[in-house]
Parts: sequence; structure tokens; C-alpha cells
Amino acid sequence: MKRTFALLALAALVCLAQPSAMSPDQKLTHALNRLTFGARPGDVERVRAMGLTQWLDEQLHPQSITENTELEKRLAPLDTLHMSTSEMLRHYPSRQVVKAISEGRAELPTDPFTRAVFEVAAKRVKKAQANNPQGDEKPLPALPADMPTRPRERVAYLEALPAEKLVAALEAIPQGQRRRLADLAGPELRRKIEVLSAPMQVIPTDLVSGKILRATWSNKQLEEVLVDFWYNHFNVFLEKGADRELVTAYERDAIRPHVLGKFKDMLLATAQSPAMLFYLDNWQSSGAQAPARGAKQTRGLNENYGRELLELHTLGVDGGYSQQDVTEVARCFTGWTLRRPGQGRDFFFNPRMHDRGEKHVLGKTLEPRGIAEGLQVLDILAHHPSTAHFIATKLATRFVADDPPPSLVSKMEKTFLASDGDLREVMKTMLAAPEFWEPARFNGKLKSPLEFLVSALRASGDEVKTPPSLNTLMTKMGQPLYRKAEPTGYSNRGADWMNSSSLLARMNFATSLKHAEYGAPDFQRK
Amino acid sequence: MRPMHRRIFLRDSALAIAGVGSLPLWLQRTALGAESQGRKKTLVAIFQRGAADGLNIVVPHGEPDYYKLRPTIALPKESLLDLDGFFGLNPALAPLKPLWDAKNLAIIHAAGSPDPTRSHFDAQDYMESGTPGRKSTADGWLNRALLPADHPSSVRAVSLGAALPRTIRGRNAAVAVESIASFHVKDAAASQQFETLYGSDSILGGTARTTFDAVKLLRSLGENTATGYPRGKFGESLKQIAHIIKANAGLEVAFADLGGWDHHVNEVGQNPTEGQLAQRLTEFGTALAAFHADLGARMEDVVVVTMSEFGRTARENGNRGTDHGHANAMLVMGAGVKGGKVYGKWPGLQPEQLYQNRDLAVTTDFRDVLGEAVHHHLGNQKLEGVFPGYSASPARFPGIMSA
Repeated sequence: MKRTFALLALAALVCLAQPSAMSPDQKLTHALNRLTFGARPGDVERVRAMGLTQWLDEQLHPQSITENTELEKRLAPLDTLHMSTSEMLRHYPSRQVVKAISEGRAELPTDPFTRAVFEVAAKRVKKAQANNPQGDEKPLPALPADMPTRPRERVAYLEALPAEKLVAALEAIPQGQRRRLADLAGPELRRKIEVLSAPMQVIPTDLVSGKILRATWSNKQLEEVLVDFWYNHFNVFLEKGADRELVTAYERDAIRPHVLGKFKDMLLATAQSPAMLFYLDNWQSSGAQAPARGAKQTRGLNENYGRELLELHTLGVDGGYSQQDVTEVARCFTGWTLRRPGQGRDFFFNPRMHDRGEKHVLGKTLEPRGIAEGLQVLDILAHHPSTAHFIATKLATRFVADDPPPSLVSKMEKTFLASDGDLREVMKTMLAAPEFWEPARFNGKLKSPLEFLVSALRASGDEVKTPPSLNTLMTKMGQPLYRKAEPTGYSNRGADWMNSSSLLARMNFATSLKHAEYGAPDFQRK
Repeated sequence: MRPMHRRIFLRDSALAIAGVGSLPLWLQRTALGAESQGRKKTLVAIFQRGAADGLNIVVPHGEPDYYKLRPTIALPKESLLDLDGFFGLNPALAPLKPLWDAKNLAIIHAAGSPDPTRSHFDAQDYMESGTPGRKSTADGWLNRALLPADHPSSVRAVSLGAALPRTIRGRNAAVAVESIASFHVKDAAASQQFETLYGSDSILGGTARTTFDAVKLLRSLGENTATGYPRGKFGESLKQIAHIIKANAGLEVAFADLGGWDHHVNEVGQNPTEGQLAQRLTEFGTALAAFHADLGARMEDVVVVTMSEFGRTARENGNRGTDHGHANAMLVMGAGVKGGKVYGKWPGLQPEQLYQNRDLAVTTDFRDVLGEAVHHHLGNQKLEGVFPGYSASPARFPGIMSA
């Protein structure tokens, strides 16, 4: 309880009067607060020893940083994070594939364990469809006669079983006991237990766990913060149909490689990503003259992506475009669609769906040139002064202040325009600006729920035992990960997150950390 | 846990909770007066986020252009619940039909914001601040609608959900309640200490004080055992609002929202009672009807008004959906509502009648509808303070309520 009390007492410190400049130690703390998900024990000392300039430079070049082996160890079992979408769908059941199997349109996998996982998923779906979630509960099959009863012995027994027998043995163990065994098991068996327990959840759960683990453990902290920022900028809602399986590759391949690269590359990668094409419906948008594929299908323009591209991804709502521009941009992107919708859903340009007329975008006339029109639109947008202003403002809002100083935004936007939208250069400009280091910035911004939660975990040094359960807490605080339905993404303004509900949720999380509800086994109450 | 870890944990968590060095506006509120409970008039604002398709919710079946503009997603006349021979209710709103028949429910069609934006974000912001076209407004119309009070209840302004939406933010203390059941600090001893420290803390004084007062008040409520609410967040929100009203806890303004109305694709299913829009409407209508039934006679103190940031294109798009449009339909039910009538001037759907040749035109400013509810129900007659820069006055009210 002392811990809580002291924790609260420190709240009073934050209203002390501000001196005219940050002290060197404040600078270290400030940099860690803003550019990472919070300081871990020893971080301040480490940065001090290395020198702040050197540390900043390192964070701006994450490829030079050796990754934390602890993180790699924890990420290793989450194999979906490294799979292509089609590979993922071969190994883990999705709603569509399970449905296809049950309708005889697809076959069960041959690998015995994967096959069992798909069968469990199919059974669950059938049960849910029968709209009888409680009833018809069959008694569990009998436990194998030779299975030991002591947990540790039982784990050793299970670990030695071949796949076919393992599935049967696991299904005979009640869910609660299984979970306890998972805690004792090695990574491979633990993974199998988890996969069998909730086969349809593996893909989204890996995604959420991966994010929390990286935020908590990665040495490339700025990169993680930026991946969070840019995913949110190009937000996709995980729960929109196929996006459940598409978001993993989207964040990994379209966002992550570009967060310190060129904005135009990230813009193009998102424009051609299956996740975005599906989320904002562009894959279905076509010229009015395009032939319909069947009696049920109608053909024509869909403005959804065109509008959000201008409003949310590039120019900003006050960036100087009209409804006419929205429609014309949407026409340019007709035919940017998906191949093999049921499987990997790769991007492809379908000339038959493309509107072949002339277009007028932001005062420019675009001759009919197929896919090149969309590419030209992206090029115009990526180099537009409104985009530079919009991106600079948003970055400064996230990293500096809810209402960032216009002088800072102006410097960042100049760099954006002068460097062909080089996001590393824009970050450097921000970090070189005195506005970033003004004393008023020190502890001057409220944390978002994610920043709050991860910074507390990092500060405590606790093991994150069950990352997915932390997402329930994120939901309570209003920021369920990957689940912002609207394309706007979450607010970068700290003040938007403060209210009684979130205050209570934060207090509850602080006390639950104290009780080690999320902590490491050695920190558990016995 | 090692001592060094603990120390850092303490500092950072403290900063993480309080986390401020400068003083945001919401923290500068003056300390609240003593708790005053009591039976109050309550105005409940409901926001349908994502731009609901008013033309397929309150359907102008008497308008031939409606069927021309929507060859695959228009609702056939025979599927509708006819209202007045010209408009019909989407069949998924069947739970609301008895309220219409009993004249408890009024509809205002072709209502909306005069601002031309088709951005969800901006349009929601304008509607929530009550100042279309003005981004600098810091607070929301529902907060400004509150009359000055000497001893306001800590739950006079409540929003259901994890966030505190713009509509209800402002200088009057407002609380966000994710759920009444979890609205407290689980560890009682820690709660006491949080309260001792934050309650007297100059920075967190406002929000923390209100929060702890509200916690005590809501903890004493027990459970709302009413039935009939649909599963899901929205039904749960309305159920909890009804609960606070019935408890006479001093609730004056409440807010709840329901997302998922942005139907660019496959808006209507094979059958008018199926598909994405019908699904949303079923939840929406069932919840409102359950709320009405739950409050029973107590509805004499309550007015509910619904809104959405804008409507959708009069023409269907290429994917059996609709894109962002302009005017929409608003619903009003409760005390003093002269229901059973569709209010507002119908602008028509012929090409030259459409706004920018694509959308239903706005003929009633949404502020006139909200203004009437604020004026007649909450008794706040200073509408220039509620809708600054707009001359809301009884002369412009659509006349949905008895004065």
C-alpha cells in the first residue's frame, strides 16, 4: 500500500513551477517519455552514459540497434506474425475458410495437428450457427488411461505425445486445467494448447500480443512508437470481415518498413494493400460502364477510399479539395482491386473495372492512363503543401503538445517538402527544434491508454504474462488495439483521453499491477 | 520486485495517471458544491455515428424519384410501416411503431447541418459542438444546455462509454461511465488513498472530485433489472441511463452513441428486414423502445433526441450502398412531444431539388430541433449561449413539443 500512496503523492510534483530550461537529466527523461513507450529501469542511466545525441541518432536508425533477445524469445511462438496472408490461412482457420470447408468447397489440411485445429473451429462455428451455445454440451472424452495426474508429469507426458494423440488428450482435459498446464508447458506445447482452445482467435490475438510485447520489450522504441502512430494514421479496422486476416501483413509490410522512410512509399503501400482496399471498399469501385460480373453484382463508383485518402491520409480536411475532387480521385482509383478474394487477396489493377474517362484532380487534368492515374494522384498528394502541413501537425501533436506551436509545425513541414517527404528528416527537424525541449513540455502531455499501460509495465519491469487480456483493459480505457472502426484512428491529443471512466480504469490498472495480476510468476501472490 | 524498479514504477505511474505538467482546461473547474440528488428533467441525446441513411430509415415511399435513384436498395412500399401515406418506417424499426401510434414519437425529416462538409469527423464535431463551420468551439451543446445550479449532482451530465464525447464536454462537470457496475476502484483501501490525494489535489481536483462523488452515488444504485434491452453496448447504455433516471440521482443530460452506419456497400440485404442497415436499426429501435417501456410513467420527465452527422447520397452507389450525403431524419420522443407526425418541409428528390445534385437538402437546421428540446424541456431559454452564433428562437422551432 505504501507503493500506491507514494505513487499518488508524486502526482503533486507535476504542478511545480517551470524553470526556464530543462536540466540535462530532465532532457533524458523527456526524450524517453516522448520517443519511447516509457523508461525501463536503468534506461535513464543508459542514455546518460551513451549521450543523448548518440541515443537519438540510434533510435532514428533502428536497423543499427540489436534487438532484445528477450523480445525475440517471446515473439517466436506467434508464428502468424511472420506468415504471408495465404500461408496464415493455410495454418489457421478463418471464418471464410471454415465456411468453405463445411460447404465442401475446400478440404481439411493434411497435417494432423492443423487438421484438428480446423475441425475444432468448424465444430464451434456449427454450434454458433445452431444458435445453441450452451445446449448439447457433450461430456468430455475420457482421459487417456496412462496420463499422469500431477501437472508437471502430465506436461512431460503431453510433450512426448505424437500430434494425433495429443489433440485427443488435450480435448479430454477441461479448459481451466488446460490453461494451468499451458503455464507450465514449454513454448511449443503452450502454443498448441492456446491454438486448440481458441482456433479462430489465433490471428488477431497474435497481432495484439505482438504489439504489446514489442512496445514493452523492443530496443527499437522509436520505431515501435512510430509504427503505432502511422498505423493509426492509416487506420484499418480489424473486425471488418476479411481484415481480420489482412491486418497482420498490412502493418508489417505496408507500414513498418516506411515509418522512417519516404511518406510517398508508405502512401503507395497502403493504397495497394489488401487490408486498405478492403476496409475502404475500393476493391469494389468501378467505372459506371464496367461490365457487371453477375446478376447480383452492381457496378459503379464508391467514394469511400477517395475521400479518406484526401481527408485523412494526405491533405487533411482543410487541405483545399472539393467534393468534385473526391469523386474524380475515386474515378482514378477504379480498378485498384483484389485478386482471389477468398485466399491471399493480392492487389491487382483490373483495366475492365477502370473508368476510362478524363479526370480533373486539384486543378490538373489527368489523361486516361489506367493504373498510372492513381499513381499520379498519389504523387501529387504526397508532395502537396497541405499534406506536409497536415502530417507535420499530426506528428507534432503526438510527440510535442496537444496544440503544437505553429513555429515548430512550420519547420517540420518545410523539411517534409524539401526532403521529398523523408520522415526521418522530419523527425530530426522536430528533435532539433527548441520547441521540443521547452520546459513546459516536461510532463506536459497526458498519455493515451496504450502509452499509460505500456509505460507502467515497462517501469515496473514486470513480465507481461498474458498480453491479450490487457486488450480488455484497453477496451475499458477506450482504445481497443486495431479496433477503431472509423478511419479517423484514435486521437493524438492527450486531453481527449481524460475523463472519469478512464481515470478509474487507470487507477484500477495501477492497483492490479500492485497485486501482480499481470505480473511475472515470481511476483505472483502465492 | 527489486526496490529500484519499484521506485521508477511509482514515479512513472504517478505521471501516467496524473501525467500533466501544464493545466488543461478540464482540470481548472472549480470544486463542486454539495451533492444534491433529486428528480430532474432529463434530456437524452443519441448519436448515430457514421452517417445513417435517413432515406432508408424514414422512407419517402410517396416520392417516385426515391425508387428511381435507388434501383437495388430502395425499400418496397409494401415492406414499410406506413406513417402518413407518404413516409414509411423501415420495417426493422417495428419496435418504435407503437410509440408512433401512441403519438409519443415525432420525426423531423430533411434535418441536418448547413455546413457542406462530408467528412465524418468534421460533421460529427460540428454537430456535437453545436457550431457548424466553427472548429474553435471547445465545448459541446449539451453541456452548455445545463442551467446554472448551486448544488449540482455529480451525475447531472453523464455519457455512457469509455470516452467523454464532445457533445457533453464543457465547464459543467460531466462524467463518462463505461458501466455502472465497474465504476469504482476495485481495491477499497487504494480507493481511499486515491481519493485522499487526488480529491484535494489542485490539478486533478475537478475530474477526480466529481469522479469520486459519482462513484459513491452510482455505487448505491444496485442493479437495473429491467428486461427487453437488446444485447450490446447501445442497449446497455440506455439501460444504465434509465437506471440513473429512476434513481432520482439528479441526471439532467445524458449521451449515448451507436456506430456502424457507414454503409458504402451492401446496405440492404436480400429482404428489407435483412442486411447491415436493418441490423443496426433493430438494435437501435429495440433499445429505444425498451428504454421507453423501462421508464414507463417516468417518461414524463424525459426527452430523447437522435441525430447523425449527415445523411447519405440520394442515389445508390456502385456497390449497393450509399456515399456521404447531407440531410437526415431525426427522432424525438418523450415528455411533451407531439408525436405521430413527420415534421419539416420535404425538399423533394427530383434532380433539381437535390443538394449539389446528389443529396437530400436540409430544410430544418438540427439546432432548431435541439433548441426546442433545450428550451421547452430543460427550460433553458438562453439559446444564444447553447448555440452561439446562431439565432435559435421559438419562432424557428419545428413545433415538435408543447410549449
